[in-house]
Amino acid sequence: MADIRNNFVGIKSPNPFWLASAPPTDKAYNVERAFKAGWGGVVWKTLGEEGPPVVNVNGPRYGAIWGADRRLLGLNNIELITDRPLQVNLQEMKQVKMNWPDRALIASIMVPCNEESWKAILPLVEETGADGIELNFGCPHGMSERGMGSAVGQVPEYIEMVVRWCKQYTRMPVITKLTPNITDIRRPARAAHAGGTDAVSLINTINSITSVDLDSFSPEPSIGGKGSHGGYCGPAVKPIALNMVAEIARDPETHGLPISGIGGITTWRDAAEFMALGAGNVQVCTAAMTYGFKIVQEMIAGLKNWMDEKGHATLDDVIGRATPNVTDWKFLNLNYVAKARINQDLCIKCGRCHIACEDTSHQAITSMVDGVRHFEVMEDECVGCNLCVNVCPVQGCITMEPLAAGVIDQRTGQPVSPVYANWTTHPNNPMAPKVAAE
Amino acid sequence: MTDGLYKDGIVSGRLAPGQYAENFADLHPPLDAHEALVEADRCYFCYDAPCMQACPTSIDIPLFIREIATGNPLGAAKTIFDQNILGGMCARVCPTETLCEEVCVREVAEGKPVKIGQLQRYATDVAMKQNRQFYERAAPTGMKVAVVGAGPAGLAAAHRLATYGHDVVVFEARPKAGGLNEYGIAAYKSTDDFAQAEVDYVTGIGSIRIEHGRALGRDIHLADLTAAYDAVFLGLGLAGVNALRAEGEDAAGVDNAVEFISELRQASDLGALPVGRRVVVIGGGMTAIDVAVQSKLLGAEEVTICYRRGKEHMNASAFEQELAAAKGVAIRHWLQPKRVVSEGGKVTGIELEYTALRDGRLAGTGETMLLAADQVFKAIGQSFDAGALNGSGPALRLDGGRIAVDGEGRTSMTRVWAGGDCTNDDREDLTVSSVAAGRDAAESIHRVLTSNGRA
Repeated sequence: MADIRNNFVGIKSPNPFWLASAPPTDKAYNVERAFKAGWGGVVWKTLGEEGPPVVNVNGPRYGAIWGADRRLLGLNNIELITDRPLQVNLQEMKQVKMNWPDRALIASIMVPCNEESWKAILPLVEETGADGIELNFGCPHGMSERGMGSAVGQVPEYIEMVVRWCKQYTRMPVITKLTPNITDIRRPARAAHAGGTDAVSLINTINSITSVDLDSFSPEPSIGGKGSHGGYCGPAVKPIALNMVAEIARDPETHGLPISGIGGITTWRDAAEFMALGAGNVQVCTAAMTYGFKIVQEMIAGLKNWMDEKGHATLDDVIGRATPNVTDWKFLNLNYVAKARINQDLCIKCGRCHIACEDTSHQAITSMVDGVRHFEVMEDECVGCNLCVNVCPVQGCITMEPLAAGVIDQRTGQPVSPVYANWTTHPNNPMAPKVAAE
Repeated sequence: MTDGLYKDGIVSGRLAPGQYAENFADLHPPLDAHEALVEADRCYFCYDAPCMQACPTSIDIPLFIREIATGNPLGAAKTIFDQNILGGMCARVCPTETLCEEVCVREVAEGKPVKIGQLQRYATDVAMKQNRQFYERAAPTGMKVAVVGAGPAGLAAAHRLATYGHDVVVFEARPKAGGLNEYGIAAYKSTDDFAQAEVDYVTGIGSIRIEHGRALGRDIHLADLTAAYDAVFLGLGLAGVNALRAEGEDAAGVDNAVEFISELRQASDLGALPVGRRVVVIGGGMTAIDVAVQSKLLGAEEVTICYRRGKEHMNASAFEQELAAAKGVAIRHWLQPKRVVSEGGKVTGIELEYTALRDGRLAGTGETMLLAADQVFKAIGQSFDAGALNGSGPALRLDGGRIAVDGEGRTSMTRVWAGGDCTNDDREDLTVSSVAAGRDAAESIHRVLTSNGRA
């Protein structure tokens, strides 16, 4: 059986599934339930500085978008950091950590961007026995208007500065949580790295308005007719998060920096994908908020079964395995040629491949052959774009089949070259090195 | 339990009074809004969709389902009504399992078609409950069209003609409009007086006048209509019932299934409607199923359908056969009626002969069996009664005993069109086919009426 024990920057947990800092980790009651359900660790909901706690809106905090059968695909929230007194949270954290010594307990922290504030809170957190801290530089709503959260995370210099303070004033491992509301995720990651962070975690939520009420013309969630952008999360953000994780993992400046992957992780498969792209473990929130804590059982079992099936003994055999395969477009092999193929035994003749190709792509799929409804790829028109595969409702019905070297590509009339060749040397590329004329 | 259950003979009140409403409740309760959204989400929005090809009225099914999925049921209703103004009834009575849903790609893929009929009902119900009329009459043309028969074909024709601005008078022999929607069809498929609500909805466009108690050949005559109107549409339906051709079929208790269903549909108190304790139905079509199931629901102890060919030859769809079986009706195959057994003029049983295919032809084997019965229903098809046409005008050409029409419903007489079950067209005898025929004939009529420079 695969060993899925996790060691993330020295923080040990029985599995790589942590609950992200969010409503599910706001108090001992929830965290105790999460640990009973099997979660490997939790990042306690973000603590603020001592004093009057923050206040939340008293109307809806969440908005959502749904797929078929109201399956929740994306969730957004305008909840702020914990609205409970700091001392209450600290006491509960200490007790929970004592009750569950084998689980990871991380404190998420957000205090004003000055050295005194950080210096003041770090010893209090350390005293709880927490395994580490996560710097909340991500929350895009509310706190950012007060110069915290993503207001810090969007300025690499501030990130570096705060990380440096934290490393100076605590012995606990520091995880810097990054906001995706920037143009290049590598910049804040590099800054955190420069400040000495032990790890980064990402992504925090994305600025969003989930919908507009067409009766009241209020954005959702609506607080008495007005709305504010909230943080978007859930399955819909996973592709964005995967890319950002990969960008940091393959950036020479941050390569090797531990990453805690966050963003729409709902199943073991999502978790495995994040780890394959370089995440050392994962954090989950929306899936738990949708289905409850029990989902971790599926995640644990699914990850183990997959690892056993593939012969991966430990998480280290998985982490980062896909990272080298992420590259720039210019390095993709332009001599790789694939054509769509429709399995006629699986085809249910819905015609979606045809109309997608006909209306919006390359007119490469038939709809009628000899007077019979029949969908087939015309190889002389197919550019291998994969749209038909993506719109086909039957999994595995349309596949992309690579052409072997030497085979004639019916579209170009040229044989497929066995030689790897990319844009950097392509004759159409004005930047490509010119072959000297004889 | 009531005493009526085991009473011999044809008697009323077999069930406790409260039981009837439960037995005759909506066969398929309507989808609620969420169910409709979930079901609509299953549609793949196929290109050149097979369901649309299979619909006799060519409703743009993927489009209306997408409109439901996007929270636009009124748009969905209009998409349906554009092609089929009786889309509400068709949603209830269409044998979707042999039409749109049979060819749904999800039926092909996983044996679970999108519930097209149920979705159509959802959308049309929304519009009809709001009495949302989508069509306005064009400016009056001054043309008058006579429609004979207020069944599905006649109503569809009348509505389409009205949209073009023609004045329409519908002549209907019966006290109510709707044809088989009102007088045929199992009660549990058209609850809450839906047929009349639909007639009101269809005629809501205006300029359609229905005259009841006016039968062709009795009260009105074709020659008079052709003289007085710019065009005539005949949607007469089938008035004749095929005989059993069995010895002794005149006995009391040998009844016409169509008439029985009609009485049932009009009964204000189902408990007052007499039905046999042991009922035998002869036939294999929808009417046979409808009369058998409803006899069972009225409290008949034993109901047996006897059909002279095999299960695969029955006109009733597999769904209908399963429905009958689920309601406790026995279906027996390869049996044809030979002799009605009676005592004192009343049916006591029916002798049936086993049949088999010999060299591709159906033949009796000579072996017989006897089923006890105090009521026998004839459900072996209906025929066109050409008597209504006799002497009322130049003879219409008939074909196979029905009115001969071309592809757009034109008869052999100029300015006379026909559609629905009374014609020899290639369409199946279904409500939806009649709607298509009436609609298409109306288009043809309109083309003719407006091409002579008169409108």
